[in-house]
Amino acid sequence: MSDILLIVGMILATYPTRWVLFGFAQSLTFPKWFTTALTFVPVTVLPALFIPIVVQPHGNLWLNLNNPYLVSATLAAIIAWKWRNILLTITLGLSIFALLKLWL
Amino acid sequence: MEPKTNGQFFILGLRYTFPLLVSAAPFGLIFGALTASNDIHIYTALAMSIFVYAGASQFVAVGLMAINTPIAIICITTFVVNLRHLLYAAAIKEAVSHLSLAWRSLLAFGLTDETYAAVVGYFGSKPKHPKLHWFYLGSWLSMYINWIFWTFIGISLGKQLPNIESWGLEFAIVVTFIGIVFPLLQSKPYWLAAITASVMSVLFGHWPYQLGLLFASFSGIAVGYGSLILAQKHSTQHITQGEKDV
Repeated sequence: MSDILLIVGMILATYPTRWVLFGFAQSLTFPKWFTTALTFVPVTVLPALFIPIVVQPHGNLWLNLNNPYLVSATLAAIIAWKWRNILLTITLGLSIFALLKLWL
Repeated sequence: MEPKTNGQFFILGLRYTFPLLVSAAPFGLIFGALTASNDIHIYTALAMSIFVYAGASQFVAVGLMAINTPIAIICITTFVVNLRHLLYAAAIKEAVSHLSLAWRSLLAFGLTDETYAAVVGYFGSKPKHPKLHWFYLGSWLSMYINWIFWTFIGISLGKQLPNIESWGLEFAIVVTFIGIVFPLLQSKPYWLAAITASVMSVLFGHWPYQLGLLFASFSGIAVGYGSLILAQKHSTQHITQGEKDV
């Protein structure tokens, strides 16, 4: 029962944020400050999700070159920044990580 | 050969999304395995992938369910983790505004990091193309089926794959997010926002119920937005001073 409630709650917390701008595509406009603030959402939420995995993969801070997550993520970031190509970043990033995981 | 028909755009969307399917696969696999090892019911886990269909928040939700977090807090966290979809929708909405409400509602359900990245990667950051929705549909259907499939495999194998958390599969999501975020860091305020959120997420990661994640995101937004406003004020002052000099 509480599981059903959870699923419904998560749907209500997910679908409207995806739908609202498409649904009112012709009529809805937000104030300027709000749309400007929104542009900061992906660059804050996504790093807040992945940076802890990179610097503390096993729960403790691990900041040296033996940490394959840190090394591969740094190289992937350079690739992403330089070529701005997500497919290239994923392919090379995963390959680097796999190689480091096998070696270390 | 340039794609022309609806079908060709559909296939193109699917093909263009392929590497993202590969990186989402291990993510779905660990999600499924984690639900199994935390004794979350198989139907609950599958229902999340089928009806919620939001990888990052599903992942966060499992962690919260494992420590018996109240449902309301799980939903609020889900909401904040998903707020970025508003921005993705804002970027794409011009390109879908001519479609019927049914089409737009259908496309909205599939608005994920990956499909946004594929659409913007192919059509550019302000996309407008009469057949964009077929490309989008190809991307989202393939992501959707892929996500449900790997969740299911993860749930089924969950207990047979000991220590799946230690295999490093979660790096797939790291590299996907890096690929999305770095091209967005176009000016100093965005760098400041990202760095603030990163530091805060590590400093306050031990806060219960992922509150550290929320706090990190909001501080990043505040710092980024604040520095953007300051920079704009500074540059307008500069201009007015310049005009006085003339």
